[in-house]
This record gives sequence, structure tokens and C-alpha cells, in this order.
Amino acid sequence: MTRSATHIHAAGYSLNLVGLLGFLIVVVWAMVAITAPWITPYPIGEIVDFDYFGPISDKFWLGTDYLGRDILSRILMGARYTVGISLVAVTLSCSLGVTLGMTAAVVGGWLDTILSRLLDALNSIPSKLFGLVVVAGVGSSIPVLILTLGVIYTPGAFRFARALAVNINTMDFVTVARARGEGTFFLIRSEVLPNIIGPVLADLGLRFVFTVLLLSGLSFLGLGVQPPDADWGALVRENIGGLPFGAPAVIFPSVAIASLTIGVNLLIDNLPQKIRDRSN
Amino acid sequence: MNKHVLHLVLARLVIAVITLVIVSFTVFAATVLLPGDVVEILLGQAATPEAVAGLRAAMHLDDPAIWRFFRWLAGILTGNFGISYANNMPVADLIGPRLLNSLKLAGITTVFSVPIALSLGISAAMWRGSWFDRAVTVLSIGVVSVPEFMVATSAVLVFAVYLKWLPALSFANEIHSFGQMLRVYAMPVITLSFVISAQMIRMTRAAVIETLNTPYVEMALLKGASRARLVLRHALPNALGPIVNAVALSLSYLLGGVIIVETIFNYPGVAKLMVDAVSTRDLPLIQTCAMLFCMVYLLLITTADIIAIVSNPRLK
Amino acid sequence: MANLVEIRDLKVEATSDAGRVIEIIHGVSLDVAEGEIVALIGESGSGKTTIALSLMGYARTGCRISGGRVMFAGRDMTQLSEREKAAIRGTDVSYVPQSAAAAFNPAQTIMDQVIEITRIHDLMPRPEAERRALELFRALNLPNPGTIGRRYPHQVSGGQLQRLSAAMALIADPKLVIFDEPTTALDVTTQIEVLRAFKSVMKKGGMAGIYVSHDLAVVAQIADRIVVLKGGEILEVGTTQQVLDAPRHPYTRELLSAFEPKHYASPARPEMTARKPPLLDVLGITAGYGPVQADGLPLMRALKSVSFRLEEGRNLGVIGESGCGKSTLARVIAGILPQAKGDIIFDGRQMARSAAGRQKEELRKLQMVFQFADTALNPAKSIEDILARPLAFYHGMNRRQREARVCDLLDMVRLPRTVRHRRAAELSGGQKQRVNLARALAAEPRLILCDEITSALDTVVAAAILDLLKELQRELGLSYMFISHDLSTVQAICDEVIVMYNGEKVEEMATGLRQAPTHPYSRLLFSSVPKLDPRWLDSLELDPELVSAFARR
Repeated sequence: MTRSATHIHAAGYSLNLVGLLGFLIVVVWAMVAITAPWITPYPIGEIVDFDYFGPISDKFWLGTDYLGRDILSRILMGARYTVGISLVAVTLSCSLGVTLGMTAAVVGGWLDTILSRLLDALNSIPSKLFGLVVVAGVGSSIPVLILTLGVIYTPGAFRFARALAVNINTMDFVTVARARGEGTFFLIRSEVLPNIIGPVLADLGLRFVFTVLLLSGLSFLGLGVQPPDADWGALVRENIGGLPFGAPAVIFPSVAIASLTIGVNLLIDNLPQKIRDRSN
Repeated sequence: MNKHVLHLVLARLVIAVITLVIVSFTVFAATVLLPGDVVEILLGQAATPEAVAGLRAAMHLDDPAIWRFFRWLAGILTGNFGISYANNMPVADLIGPRLLNSLKLAGITTVFSVPIALSLGISAAMWRGSWFDRAVTVLSIGVVSVPEFMVATSAVLVFAVYLKWLPALSFANEIHSFGQMLRVYAMPVITLSFVISAQMIRMTRAAVIETLNTPYVEMALLKGASRARLVLRHALPNALGPIVNAVALSLSYLLGGVIIVETIFNYPGVAKLMVDAVSTRDLPLIQTCAMLFCMVYLLLITTADIIAIVSNPRLK
Repeated sequence: MANLVEIRDLKVEATSDAGRVIEIIHGVSLDVAEGEIVALIGESGSGKTTIALSLMGYARTGCRISGGRVMFAGRDMTQLSEREKAAIRGTDVSYVPQSAAAAFNPAQTIMDQVIEITRIHDLMPRPEAERRALELFRALNLPNPGTIGRRYPHQVSGGQLQRLSAAMALIADPKLVIFDEPTTALDVTTQIEVLRAFKSVMKKGGMAGIYVSHDLAVVAQIADRIVVLKGGEILEVGTTQQVLDAPRHPYTRELLSAFEPKHYASPARPEMTARKPPLLDVLGITAGYGPVQADGLPLMRALKSVSFRLEEGRNLGVIGESGCGKSTLARVIAGILPQAKGDIIFDGRQMARSAAGRQKEELRKLQMVFQFADTALNPAKSIEDILARPLAFYHGMNRRQREARVCDLLDMVRLPRTVRHRRAAELSGGQKQRVNLARALAAEPRLILCDEITSALDTVVAAAILDLLKELQRELGLSYMFISHDLSTVQAICDEVIVMYNGEKVEEMATGLRQAPTHPYSRLLFSSVPKLDPRWLDSLELDPELVSAFARR
């Protein structure tokens, strides 16, 4: 006797409608980031309207910015910077953090102590502050941003992966493999990793949200992506002058950020339990 | 407090000190060891080589980095934070009044948001699955997943542009009346409260729900205890550690939030000072502000950990 | 209405994580008269706890009473409001949980929790409640009854907490007490004390009880009637004597047959093997956990100078209660926990202290099987991958050879070959333990260390695993070191037995359990094992000095 809820079933997994909505939002933004140069209605740098902070119109779907440039085109192109930089940075931090975290958990002893202490210390520098300090020291460019964001979120990924791996490490099947005489690399790759990969990927999604938020924050402060390029945070900064009269140019870049981060959150929150708690 | 607890607390303090040393090294390294010559910034491109060499010697820039680190650390410890590059004033004098302003902002926000956030988090956990719980959860997820500047701009749009209750961006530095103070502080406090409350609600709710799922709460239910008794007498005392931790962590979000909020509302605090210092590459000022922020953060999480240790009933 | 409890056609549904709704109780009906103790007997998943909890109008998260009536003292618990149910809970029906250690709130004193029912329902002033609690502490034979209430739960032992949880349930003189496997987590020597305390209090108060358990021998001591459950249905109901003497259902007979003493007859001939050097020679092992002290020994010593030997083709049983060091012994021999002192000589070779220092061939000949079948199998791998790894690792087999050998191994442990494509989560407990065994066999070992391998299994399944072990031994000439807290299990498979207490070997019995034990602790341990005879507990006389010396109450 079974009853089924509002679930979509595919490839052995089921996703509910809210999760599907999140998934669609993420896919749309990913497509936009890839195809941006070919789908922008106007060249992004070109002043196309005599009016600045122009309203929504047939010609300019999302209005124009403080110089009279088309906001829709700038948002579509901005997706490249926001999604691209965040994705590379989060991949960097997660692969580094997860590798170190699993190694620390499996090897244990002094290696674990030193790595944990060091990365915990790094974690106790507030993320925005870290960004500020680095930009003050080195100046801002896209590679510097990617590296900085990557370093900032490595300790979090480390801590998360280590905690999961420590639990797995106490399981009897790891003890069995140890008693069989297996080496550290086999233990990490074959016994631990397959059992934490689900939660680790979910965590990567959440960390992607943090990265997007921090990048936008830094750009908003003028420390992130530098003109003439602009990610969504920089678009808000450029057009903040339109805020007192509620110009669309300042609202829509914010909406773009929110739609992406909320979309990822919805997707992660509604992932099947099967993926999220593989470790249990 | 017994010996075991004392031992744990001391160990936690030692860890805090070690962390502080590593953090200060990181801050120093990020600002000084990386390329970009300070002297060039100070004297400009046109300076003569003699002038550059003279200033380098005066600032000990030719010493090994590790020596400069220790000299700098010793300075911080003795209250000598150095001289600002930008206007030749002692850093301490620049920071002093600004720090007071920031503390005021943070203090008002804390007094405002902690009670509200805790009661919302606890009551959402108490009526888990209800419409109230769902509304609180959705709202807090929403706030957590948007950048702080968006909360600020939304607040401006709602309260200033559409409702016209408050000035859009208040630049008033002189405060003569209570009404004026309310107007100056309202927007930054509202924004910061939203930012830190969302985290606090989520974490408090999770902590209480976790203790509500324990066998001893089920046992109390089977004794005939009411829902209020389950939460207040059985779950809350055991969730105290995690809740204090949630509060401390959320307050640490103040540090991130304050950077954005002070910038957007042009509020004369330490964070605004620091953001301005970044654009002038005023390294001593940046270093000191960074250390200040890190110390506040460390203080918060260390306090939270110590409260968690002391409040753990199993260690009594 | 004559009976205190009348359950009619009770149905309970559970919702799984995937959102599926399954019926777990399929229309159960039973009665409990005033002052009668009824036992619900069944394996894990038989629904015995779910039925018991329905008497409080309660279903655990994810479960729902979907049909039938649960009449208690004339009221249908399924129809009452939350508030009405709360008024009955604790006062009329009360609950003694399986794990008292988890059911006590760590942040409150014991007294606060024992008298909480009187506070919630406002039954009596606090001093009177405390006076009643004190009476119950004495009646339940708790040590230091005057001061124990001021302590916190983590400061008293498991056996004491279990009795304190009974005091908590009895404080308001309920009409019915539900005991949910209250002695399962306890050692046998502790169990006796707790059972006796429960029995005397219940008889004195004339209360009715529901006693949920998987252990027929325990239930035989305390219940008037027995209800046998399986898969959410009642198979058999009868008086205790009737169920024990003349079971009607085949499943009940199977349960009872697990209690028949089986003495193991070794296939190996001792006179042949006696001349050869022993397979395993353990010499003065000391091991433990925690920081190393000045004398080079760890702070917490789990093993203190333990020595024994095991001849080829014979089986050694290691028995003792929780914390006696028997599992540590297996871990030291397997090289998982390096010893601080002493030597292990296996197959004529001195073994390195840690597995990392041993040669592959040495590791291959000595395999270990763990207690919890599900944590010993990697949930992310197929059974085929799990079994193929030791084949590649020890024997360097190629893909084709491995595939063939995995099928052989599955045949050996009597599993269908199709399971090789499945994952551990899709198998039953008994099947998983067979896979564990197959993985050990894949190495082609001489000796298998079995650490409580049948303890987590239901009686009937465990018996089948023991039969398999014997069969494999006949075919492959293996030796086993069999660690267990359960005497009948050890009796069924071992030639020799050592008894451990507090990290030391207190007795060695070369002829298995056929001889009577001589050490006082062994005598206490052996006499504490419940028998199917309902008069066993009442007629049992234990030397009180022995009990106070060894039983950790």
C-alpha cells in the first residue's frame, strides 16, 4: 500500500516541485553565463538612451543605467562574471578543503592537529575583512579575486569534510580495510570519499551561495570586479545613485543575485535525502 | 567549577591565543609581504632614489619580514598602532571615536535583534511544521541568501522611497534630538538586525529541534508534560550551549554586515574608515582595523565556546 | 467491561523517507486484565514497542494509528485530544524506557525527574512526592537511597538508572506500566537485580503491566501471559506456562529451540594437533587507551597481562560482560590496537604490534568479523566490489578470476549469487553478516576472530549463522576465536573457553562449558543467565557477597 506525493521521478531519484524550480533557475543562469555575448540585445558598453536611469520600456526591458546603457544586456553579461568567478573559486576551495579534510581525518595524529589548528585560525578572519585586506595589499583583478575567494572558503570546506570523514573513519568497514593492510590513499579514495560525496556536493552548493554573496559584496564596495567590466554587485554599485527614486537599474541586478542564490538554496534544501545524508 | 571544567576552559583560552598569533601573521603577510611598494605610494612616482632609500631605512623596510612582523606585533601589544600614511595622524587617534560609533551601532542592533530572534527561533521550533514556522523559515532563508547591500537597498526602497517614513540616505553627523537619532540609526539598525536575526533564528530553531528529538523529551511527553514544559524545562536548558553559540556566531555576522551598512549609509564607524583606507592603501590603518575585527570575532566565539563548556550539565 | 486494556484491530501506518506509507501493525487485538502482566515477545520490527506505545495514545514521529480501538479503562486512547491524553499519561499509564541513560534529562537532578509526574499533574506537595520516591528507591533496592536523588544522571550506573526509571514510572501509582525492553542494555549479572526489583514492586502494588522484550527467558520470569508477535501480527497468545510447554505456532517453537543447550563436538582430533605448535600464542598482553604513563603503559588499561593459546582447528570462546576487555583483545590480535606489552605469536611467527607493520601474508591468514554487520560493509559499494577487493589485494586475481571466486564465496555462505549486484542496505541483518563472513573467507585465512558476530541478530537468524560457521570449519579446517557475552552462543561452537573480568583472564576452561566453573566471578556469571523455567528467578540464590564484589550495579 503506497501513496505518492508531488514528486518528479528521474534516474532513480525524485525531486519535488520546489527543488525542480530551483534547479531550473540554476540551469537558466548557467545557460545565460555561457551564451551571454550572443544574446544581449545591445552592446554592453554602448550608451543607447539619452535618458539616464530610464524606466522599463519596450525598447529597454529592464530600463537603462546611470549613463543610459541597457541594463538587461549588462545583467546578462554580468552573469558571466558572477557565476564564472564564483564557480571557479568554489571548485578550488572545495577540492582543496575536501582533500585536506579527508587526509586529516584518515591519517590523524599530528597532521590532523596542525591542519585543523591552522585552518581554524584562518576561519576566524571574517570573510569580507579578508577580502578587504588582500585587495588593499595586492589590488583587485579577476585571478586575485578567484584565489582570495578560494582561500577564504577552504577552511569551511575542510572542516565540513573532516567532520564527515572522521565519522566514516570510525566505521568498522574502514577498520576492516586497515586491518587488511590497505594504504592511506585507498582508504581515502575508496572507503571514505564515496560515502561523503553526496553531502560534500550539497555543501559545495551552499558554499557557492556564500561565494556569490561575498563577491557581490566586494564588488559593491568597489573592491571586486573592476570597470569597465561589471558583475552584478558592481552593477548595483554603479547605479546606487538611482536608489532614492527607485530606479530599475539598481533593483534588477539585486534581483538577479537573489534569484541565483535562492534558486541554489531551494535546490539544495529539496535534494533527496538519499544524496544529502549518505553518511548516515 | 570543578578542575576538569577549568582545564577545558584554560585549554580553550590557549587555543584562542594561538589562533590570534596565526591570524595576526596572516593579516601582516597579506598586507606587507605581497608586491606593491609602500614608499612609492607615500612619495609618489617622482621621488628621488635617495629619498626612497632614506624612507625605506626609517621604516625598517629593508629588515627581514619576520623581524618586521615581530616589531609590528610588539607595537600592537603595547598600544602603538603606528602612524597613518594618509594623514600622518596616530592610528589610535583615528580609530578611537570611530570605534565608539561602531560599538553604538552594534550595541543597539544587538539589544534589538537578539531577543526577537531568539523568541522567533524558539517558537518556530515549538510549533514546528505550522504556518508560523514555515513563514519564519522561508523569510529567514530569503534574508540569508541575499547580499547585505540588498537588504539595505530594500529597506531604503520600502521605508524611504515608498512609505517615505525615513530619509533615503542620512548623512547627518550631528544629532540634536531623539527624533533625529532615531532617523539616523533606524535604517542601519533595521538592515543589520535583519542580517543577523536571520542566521540566529535558523540556528536557534535547529538547536531546539535537535534537543526536542531526544529520548528524554519523548520521556517527558509520556509523563504527560505540556508542549510548553517540553520546550522550556527539557529542551531549552540542554540547547543552551548551541544557542549561545548561534548568538555569538550571528553577532560575528555584524562584522561583515557593518562593513556594507556603514558604507551604504555613510555612517562614521571603523568599517567605513577601513574601506576608505583600502582605497588610499593606508596599510597601518588597515592592519589595525583588521586586527580589531579579528579580535572581536575571536572574543565572541571563544566566549561562546566557554559558555558551552560551563553550561554542559554532563561536566557538573 | 472486564479488562483494563482492550485493543481491537489496531492498525498503525509508517511513512518512509521517500514518502511511502506502509502499514506496520496489521489489525492486532489483545487484552490485559487488572493486575496482570502481559509480555509482548518478538524480533526487531515485529511492532511490539509500537503496540505498547499505542496504549499511551502515542505513535513515534512518522507513525500514525490508522485504525482500530485502544480501550484503556473504558476510554478509547485513539479518540482523545492531546490534552486528555496528557492527563492520562504518567498518572494512569506510565512508561519504562529501553535506555534509561538516554531517557533521563542530563540537565536535571534525578529527584526532579523521578517526581516530575507529580508536579505536572499536581498530585501532591513536593515533600510528600520526595518521601514516596525514597520509598520506591528502597523498594527497588537502590544503593544510598537518601542521596541518590541529588545526583545527575551521568553520575550513576546504567543498572541504577534503569531502576530509577521504574521509580519514575511508579511514583503516581499507575494502573498500567509499560516496560520497553528495560533490561536489554544491561549485563546479565546486573539484569538479575533489576528484574527482581521490578517483579517485587509490581507484585506488591498489584499493577498491570505490558512487558516488551525479545528474550523469552527474561519474560518467563515476570509475565502471566505471553503474546508472540511477528511482522506486526499476533502469532500466538497463551499463559506463560502454556507457551513454554506447548507452543502452538512453529515460529514460537523455533524461538524456544534456540534455548536448548547445544554442546559443540570438535571435528579436530586433539591427540593429532597436540604435538604441533599452537596456531596462536598470546603472551602477557597489556593494552589500553589514553596517554602513555611513566611506566610505558597507557592510562586506561583495558587488558592486563592476558595470555592464552589456541591450537590449530580448535575454537576458543572468550566470554565476559561489557567493558571486560574481550573486544580489545581481538583488536590487539588483529593489529588494530597495538599492545603496550606482550607478544603475539601466530602460525609460528612473531607478529608486529600494528597491522601496518605486518606482512601481507601474515595479515591474510588472520581475519576479523565485526559485531555490527551494517557498519562493517561500505554502504557505497556493491557486494561484488566488497568481496573482490581482498581477492585482488591478497591473491592478485584478475577480473575474470575475481568474478568466479565471488560467486564461489557467495555459495559458501549460502547466499544467492544475485546479491553481488546489490548494496549492503538492501540486505537483511543475517545476509549482511554472511557477506562479512564471505569477505573474511576471501582471504583464505587460518584463523577468524569473531567479535560478537551474532549479538545484533535475532535468535533464529543467529542460530543459522552458527550452523554456517561449523559447516565452514568442517570444509575449510578453520579455527575461530569467538568473542561473546552470551554463554549459549559460546557453548554452541567452542572447544575451550576463557572468562574475562575487568581486563584480566580469570578462568580457562579447557573442555568448554561442560565442566563447572571454579572462579567466583565465573560462577556468578554462569548462574545469572536466565533459564526458560518461570520459577528460575524466584528459586535462584546468589551469594550476596559475590554479587556485591562483581556485579556493577
